[in-house]
Formats: sequence, structure tokens, C-alpha cells
Amino acid sequence: MTLLGRLSWDAIPLHEPIVMVTAGVLFVVLLGTGATVLLKGWLPYLWREWITSVDHKRIGVMYCLLALVMLIRGFADALMMRSHQAMAVGAGKGFLPPDHYDQIFSAHGTIMIFFVAMPFMIGLMNFAVPLQLGVRDVAFPTLNSVSFWLTATGVLLINTSLVVGEFARTGWLVYPPLSERAFSPGVGVDYYLWALQISGAGTLLGGINLVTTILKMRAPGMRYTRMPIFCWTALASNLLIVAAFPILTATLAMLTLDRYLGFHFFTNEAGGNQMLFVNLIWAWGHPEVYILVLPAFGVFSEVIATFSGKPLFGYRSMVLATLAICILSFMVWLHHFFTMGAGADVNGVFGVMTMIIAVPTGVKVFNWLFTMYGGRLRFEVPMLWAVAFIPTFVVGGMTGVLLAVPPADFVLHNSVFLVAHFHNVIIGGVLFAAFAGYTYWFPKAFGFRLHDGWGRAAVVLWVSGFYLAFMPLYALGLMGMTRRLQHYDNPAWQPWLIAAWLGALLILGGIASLAMQLYVSVRERRSLADESGDPWDGRTLEWATRSPPPPWNFARLPQVEGRDALALMKRGEAEATPDPLEPIEMPRNSAYGFVGAFFTYITGFALVWQIWWLVVLGLLAGFATTLWIAWYQPGEREIGVEELRALEPAA
Amino acid sequence: MIAARRWLTLAPLALAGCSAGVLDPRGPVARGEKQILLDSVAAMLLIVVPVMLATVAFAWWFRAGNRRARYRPDWDYSGKLELLIWSVPAMIVLFLGGTGWVGAHLLDPRRPIPATAAPIEVQVVALDWKWLFLYPDQRVATVNRLVVPAGAPIHFRLTSATVMNSFFVPQLGSQIYAMAGMEAQLRLAADRPGRYPGIAAHYSGKGFSDMTFTVDALPAAQFTAWAARARAAPPLDEARYRQLARRGTVPAPLMFGTAPPRLFDAIVAQRAPAAERPRDASNQGESDAEAGK
Amino acid sequence: MSGEIADPRHEDRSGGKGDPPGHGEGGPAPKQVTVAFGFWIFLLSDIIMFSGLFASYAVLAPNTAGGPAGSELFELRLVFVETLCLLFSSFTCGVMSIMAVKQRAGATYLWAGLTALLGLSFLAIELYELTHLVLEGAGPTRSAFLSALFTLVGAHGLHVAAGLAWLTVMMGQVATLGFTDAVQRRLLCFGLYWHALDIIWVALFTVVYLYGVMG
Repeated sequence: MTLLGRLSWDAIPLHEPIVMVTAGVLFVVLLGTGATVLLKGWLPYLWREWITSVDHKRIGVMYCLLALVMLIRGFADALMMRSHQAMAVGAGKGFLPPDHYDQIFSAHGTIMIFFVAMPFMIGLMNFAVPLQLGVRDVAFPTLNSVSFWLTATGVLLINTSLVVGEFARTGWLVYPPLSERAFSPGVGVDYYLWALQISGAGTLLGGINLVTTILKMRAPGMRYTRMPIFCWTALASNLLIVAAFPILTATLAMLTLDRYLGFHFFTNEAGGNQMLFVNLIWAWGHPEVYILVLPAFGVFSEVIATFSGKPLFGYRSMVLATLAICILSFMVWLHHFFTMGAGADVNGVFGVMTMIIAVPTGVKVFNWLFTMYGGRLRFEVPMLWAVAFIPTFVVGGMTGVLLAVPPADFVLHNSVFLVAHFHNVIIGGVLFAAFAGYTYWFPKAFGFRLHDGWGRAAVVLWVSGFYLAFMPLYALGLMGMTRRLQHYDNPAWQPWLIAAWLGALLILGGIASLAMQLYVSVRERRSLADESGDPWDGRTLEWATRSPPPPWNFARLPQVEGRDALALMKRGEAEATPDPLEPIEMPRNSAYGFVGAFFTYITGFALVWQIWWLVVLGLLAGFATTLWIAWYQPGEREIGVEELRALEPAA
Repeated sequence: MIAARRWLTLAPLALAGCSAGVLDPRGPVARGEKQILLDSVAAMLLIVVPVMLATVAFAWWFRAGNRRARYRPDWDYSGKLELLIWSVPAMIVLFLGGTGWVGAHLLDPRRPIPATAAPIEVQVVALDWKWLFLYPDQRVATVNRLVVPAGAPIHFRLTSATVMNSFFVPQLGSQIYAMAGMEAQLRLAADRPGRYPGIAAHYSGKGFSDMTFTVDALPAAQFTAWAARARAAPPLDEARYRQLARRGTVPAPLMFGTAPPRLFDAIVAQRAPAAERPRDASNQGESDAEAGK
Repeated sequence: MSGEIADPRHEDRSGGKGDPPGHGEGGPAPKQVTVAFGFWIFLLSDIIMFSGLFASYAVLAPNTAGGPAGSELFELRLVFVETLCLLFSSFTCGVMSIMAVKQRAGATYLWAGLTALLGLSFLAIELYELTHLVLEGAGPTRSAFLSALFTLVGAHGLHVAAGLAWLTVMMGQVATLGFTDAVQRRLLCFGLYWHALDIIWVALFTVVYLYGVMG
């Protein structure tokens, strides 16, 4: 054993120009950002207002920012794959050797699910749910900061693998035995395992936090039947997190034991059972799909109701459908491997259970349609995302149900038809919702709107790019093309893959438009400013406070008299907060999340490279930090009525 | 716009039929699966098309600028509509569920295919990264080329001597996983003589893309002749198997005159000879050396 | 760790409404309620994690790969003593919680000490048993069954060890900070945690050892 475990200079892939150039650019960007922050003296501000902030709004914004940055990383991988496959026919084997290509598709899936879709949805929930519930923060603000920084640690660790070591070459779900030490001796899978364990812990703690918040922290009068639908979907999603992520923890821990200590959970030898892994990972993995898509449904419900100028149609149906999906999502995992030979009865049952989920999902689609019916529709950018979502998602749902028919799955399983299907629901469902929510709540978070023109450009480019990129994959799947091919012989596939590549280029334009939108909006923030706090004529409580909201959200907690609480207040059907001001207790900033995450990163990195002394050191430091916070946790700060009145002249 | 979008959705279905894929079935299993696939799509289009049309229609008619549209700011419930929107998807799912259930049984990979011709046994072993086909009755073996008599049902027993893989001939139907220490079963048949592409449909590492094979369905008499010819090829002895099991691809299909009679069972029981270890211990422990030459 | 580092703000606005806080009518629940509730959810998630390990054990238990089976390995008498240690520690932990609520520091230390002693005995026996297995050549790398066994028992043992560390820290907190609200909440969470470990052990004892010796 050496001092640095398995780490040596060989770990840095100096022979891979693509990686090295990327790493160089990243290094320069990071160095530049760091230098700018230091030279301009922004560090104290960042430390005080963001890094140590326990404010759910700030943490929500940081989650979304993290997701947007990782979207660029994940998309870079996607673009490389599309370009590569567009040329990898016959003798021409593209520009990526298998070793590199296999890392790229594994990285793309892992990053897009765990570090784009998840943080984006969690960020939106973190930002909007306490505001919608009419309360001052989540139940455990410090824990919220811990959750975020653990997620960020996972992101940092998985991206470290770009420069130091390698990514897994096993696909995004690291199926054994391929992911066992015998077949994947490198550190790629180890990076995957520890990064996911760390960010998974953050996700689980965040889930506990939001469940407690929604069930125990609501404004006076906010009964369950009056909660905005986004809060309901957030509740369902976080219940799924609490119920499903421990399964992932256990599963990855077992694979870790196999790899590190020679256990035999999933190995070929000594009685290991690879099917056990596949069952367990999908027992988490299928609920995960709904963890992502339920809040997306919530965003669309809010957006469609707001921009239709109507309450959501069929609120009770919507809640019922949400909870039905929440429960059913645990009963369908086997449809991910109908082709494992489970037998006709088992396949039949799981096929039918899967299709049953289509019923509540279909109900939701109809409810959105009837929310639009009789409305006065304003096609602002969030609404455009929503209208693009409905037909797109319906196609994705249709192909999904098709894959749930076992005999159809026998020929479509693992094909690029499947790839098209899940991109259809994740881009068309989750990502469009993320962009809709981002545009919708941005003015609440920052006090100015996002630029409209660039937003529209992003919608057009993303939607057309999506169709051009993925409809060909449906065709290719039917033509017998399987996924993850580094090269192929059938020249008939190439035109379709070139079309898909053009689609990816359009999406690149969509991402560029989003970046431009942010840049232009910040530059023109004065003309885009929203003084009212309610730029969209909203219906729920987040629009009842100013933008950006004060740290305490509401000077007085709103008194909720019914569903669409703000819409009722606007009509004068609810009396406007009559109570006198009362002192507010606010939690103080805490460096615990950031410092703890720093030591977690060190521990994770040391575990990947098996630098055991550093593992012990990292764990001890983390424990010491926890002890420090256990004794010296700063108490709450009370804001007296006088101070509050000075800070909130309108109250 | 909606028309264009629908065209985009349906076009792949129409156009993909021309190529050697699952819409161009050449056997009873694949034919049944294609039928179920198309029936299911048709049933779902009954609901998908109206939803898409309604999305566009509602979005257009109820736009804020349209003074003729009636604004009903409080309309958020209708019992009749609720009943309808729960029952219509439920009916479609009832139909699809029935199709899926019956189809799962009729097209169960283990279910024998009714046919007049005598069935033929083939044992399939997934190796890194090539397919080994053992013919227990003919006592011959091939690599990356599966020769079968046209018209006869084929009974496959499948396993893996390495990582998980999936055996798939798109034009003949059902794929199935091949896993180490386990045995899967699959029954397929080719209607007519012909050559069909076969693939590994589950990612298995570096050489995965080259792990393809061809299926040659021959007229029955020619198949017998082929088997007789094959017997003249060199035997698949232990040394050759160990070489074959090494990680690497083979440039062209191989043929072996005899194979150990119980090799497949030994592989399933994990008692088969181990792969020859490559001498260089590279980072991934993989070797580009081409095995089986 | 869910509850004790958190600092929820609470507005007890239930006055006059007659509804318990946190149930919609009265506004946000007080910290005492949210911390306990959040910790309950954490425990549920922990139990789900264990159920993953249990399921794996159930699947892999027959896969002895020619190695020893449970019926050849388990010594019920020793495990019974282990079980008694843990069950009694739950009792002593309960008394400790009562003493803590009564803010009697001396009695709290005493009962916490007893809890720790019983917990340590449990761990010592477990460690002895597992070492014994390894020395007999029935270590976790021998077969899938033994991998699952060591992981399941080990995961529970790690939880007990973490609990003991937590208990030690809490006694330090009582000694230096006194029975503050925060310390009380953390002690409450510790009590929940310790009882949950007991419940998991009862399941483990039944599934692993009782079914194991029955073969």
C-alpha cells in the first residue's frame, strides 16, 4: 500500500486530447471565476448570502444553478454521442474509441438524471413550496443547506473523474457483473458509487425535510384540500424519495462491498445473483421516474391554471391521480426487464400494472386540457413550454405503454426506441417543466423577468430539436438498432442518425438561447423589473409577497380561506391579513453544510482511490464539525416588530 | 403545425418498415409481436390523436385575444367530464391490458411453437464479445454464425460465460437475457430461407458493438448437408474454448467439428474451463487480441 | 442526524382556533413536533434500507456455494444473550428518557450508562461471533449467503455503534449545556432511534437466526 492508494500520475488522462482540452478550459474558467470573485471582493458577499445561507429560496436557486451548469456538461456528452454515431458506420468508426465512448454514454445518463433533473426539480420545490404554503422556511433550514452541499459534493466528485481517473463504462445503472471489480477494475465505478451515495444522502435528507414541511408547516387555514397542486405533487415526490432512495443506498452499498471487500452479492461466482441487483435498482429506479415527473406535473398544473386565468380543473381528481401514481410506481419495476425470462404470469401482471399508471396520468392530461377550456390563455413563455409539453408527453406516454406490453417489449427492449421513449418523457416532461418553472418563478426569486424573445427562441429550438433528435430514434429502434453502439454496419441507419444529430444541434441552439436569455435579462434587469411581486397574475401565495421575498417570506403569515388563496384575496373574498405584526424568529446562517460537504468530498475522493489514512482523517474531521455544530449551533435571531416595520414599510 | 407533428410521429412507423427490423418479421414470433405492437399503437391513437387536436384547438380558441371565446373563470369541475376522463383511459387500458396479458402468454419465450417440422436444439453462450452456438444433436459448434433449418422451430437454451447479455434476432422476434450461472429458454422459427442479422442487445463492454452474428436459415436438406460439412472442421477442445473465452472479438465466424457433449451444462454450472488470461495486465484487464484464430 | 442540527422556526398560532398546530388550521407546528416527526420519517427510511438488506438476505440465503449454511453456523444461545442485552437496553433507554424529561442529570447519566453498557455487551458478543465465523473460514467472501449475512448483521451493528457514539455525545451535552430544549429534542430522537434498532433486531433475530437454525 502506498501513501496515495491507487492514485498516481497515470490517473490523469494526458493521452486523451478531448478530455485534456475540456479540462484545460474548465480550469481556466474556474480560475477566472475564482480570481474575479476574489479581486472584486465578492467573497464575503457570497459566503454570507449564499454559501452559508439556510434560506430555502437561496438554496433552491443554487440547486437550479447547479442543474443548469450540469445540463451543459450532460449535453456536451450528448452532442459528442450524436456526432459520433452520425459518422460511425461501417469502416468509419467515428472519432471516439470504445473506451471513451462507453464513458460518455454512462456519464450522460448519470449526470442528466442525478445532477440535472433531480437538482432542478428539488430546486424548484425548495424555492416554491414554502412560499406556496405561506410559511417562512422549510422545517429544517440548516439541514436543507446540508442537503444541497451534499448534492454539490456528489457533483464535484463525479466531475473530478473527468480529470483524475475515468468515468464508469457500465451504463448509467452499473449493471453487474460488468460493474464488478473483475470486469471493471478501474476507478470509474467507484467514482459513480461514492458520488451517488453522497448526493443520495443529500436527496434523502431533503426529502425528509420537504415531507415534514408540507405535512407540518402550513399557513393558518391551509388545509390539505386547499394546498396548491404543486405542493401535492411535491409531497408525493418527496414521499417517494423517502421510500425509494434507501433502496438505492442499500443496493449501491452491496455493490461497493463486492468491489472493495470481495463480497458476493452480484458476482458470477460463489452464489452471487445479478438479477437481485437488477430488481433492487429498478425498485428504486422506477419510483425515481415519478420523483422527477410528479413535480413536473405540478409545475404545469400551476402554469396552465395561472395563464388560463382559471382554477385548475378537477383538483380532487388531480390529487387522487397524483397519489395513485405515487403508490402504483412501486409496483411496476419488473417492466424494465421483461426479457429476463420471468414467465408469462409475472410479465403479464407487471405489464398490466404499468398500464394502469397510464389511467391517472391520462386523467391529468385531460384535466390540463379542461383547465385551458373556457380560459383566457396568455401565451407567456412558461405557458408555451406547457403547451409544447402536452402533445410531446402524450407521445412519450403512448410509447411507454407500448413498452409495457410484454410481447412488444420483447422486440423493443434495449433498443433506441426505448432511448427515444424515455427522452420523450424526460425532456418533454421533466425538462420542459424545469424550464417552465424556471421562467415562471424567476421574477419571484430576483425581482425581474427573464427576457421574452430569447425565451421564445429557446422554446422553438428545444421543441423542434427534440422532435428532430428523437423521432428518428423511434424509427431506428423499429429497424433493430440497439442502444449504446459505438459503431454499426447498416448504412440504412445513417441518414436517421444524421437527422438526430441535426436535432441535437438545434437543442444546442436552445441551450445557447437560455444562456443568452439569462445574460440579456441580467443586463436589462431594470427594464424587466417587476415591482408588483405578481407579474403573471398568479393565484397562489408565492405571489402574495414582494419580489424577491424578504428572508422571512411573509411579514404576517397569510390567513388561508380557500384554494387558490391569492386569487380569493384579489377578489376580496378573503379578508387581507388583519393580524398585528408579531416578532419573527429567523435561523442564523450556518457554515455546517459547506464545511461538512468539504470533508465529505475529501472522504469520498479518498475512498475512490483507497487512500485509507485520508478516509479516516476526512471522517474524523466531519465528525468534529458535527460536534462543533452540536455545541455551538447559533440560536435563532429574533426580528422585533419595530425592526420589521422598518424593513417592511408596506406591512 | 399539429399535422406536421403528427406526421413526424407516424412517419417513423411507416418508413421503418422497409428495413430489416421488427416491422419486417420473418417468423411466427416476430409476426405476432409486430401485430400486437401495431394493434396497441392503433388503440392508443384513438385517444392520443383527439388529445393532440384538442390541445391545439383549445389553445387556439381560448387565446386571450379571441373575443368570441367565452371566458368561464370559475369553471373547474364537471362530474360528467370527470367520469369520462377516468373511464376513457381506463377502457383503453383494459383493452391493452388484455392484449398484454394474452400476448405475454401466447408469445412467452418458453412456449413451444406449433409446427410440422421437427424442432432443433441450439445452445447459446454469450462470451466477451462473441456468440458461441452449440448444436447438441449435430455435435457441431459455431461462433457468430447461427445456421438453422427454415420452417423448423428452434429451441434455444442460453447462458453467459461472462457478463449479462441479450440475444436478439430482430426479424425472428423475442430477445432474451443470457446470464452466467443461469439458463434461459427461447423458442423462435424462421418462415423461409434467408439471412437475418442478429445482435447483442445488452451493453457488455468494449467489444459490444462487434458482437453481431448472422442467422442463416437454410432449406432442411441443405441444413443437414451443412452440418455434415461442419463436422470436418477442427474440434472445439479445451484449449480452443479457453482461447475463445478470452476478451476480444473475432473477425469472422468460426466453425468447430465437434464440441464437448456437456459443455453447455458445464458453463451453466460454472465448471467450464476458465478464459485464458492475457499476459499484459492493462488498466481494464482487457485484451484486444483476437481470439479463436 | 436529521433533527438535532435543524433549527426550524415556529409560529404557534393555534390560539383561539382550537385546532392542533400543523394540521392546516393553526399554522406551522412548533419545533418539538417537527423535529420528532422528521426523525420518524428518517427512521422509516432507515427501515426501508434495512428491508433492502433483508430482501437480499432472503434471496441469497440458499446460495451457500458449497460453504456452510446458517444451520451449521448459528449458536442460538449466544444470540439469545445478545437479544436480551438489546431488549434490556431499550428498557434502560426508556427510563433514561423519563429521567431526562424530569431533568434529573444524575439519574440520566446512570441509565444512559446502563444503556451503553448493554449496547457494548451486545456489540462485543456480535463481534466475537463474527470473528469466530471468519476464523472458521466462514467469512463474508466465502459465499453470497455469508456476504448477505455479514452485511445485514454488520449494518445493524454499525447502527448500534453509531448510537453509542451519539449517546456519549448527548451525555456530554447534558453535562455542558444542561437540559436545554435542543438537548431534550436530541435525546427524544435518540430514544426513537434506539427503539427502532431494537425492532430491526427482532426482525433480524427471527429471519436470520430462528429461520436459519430451522434450516
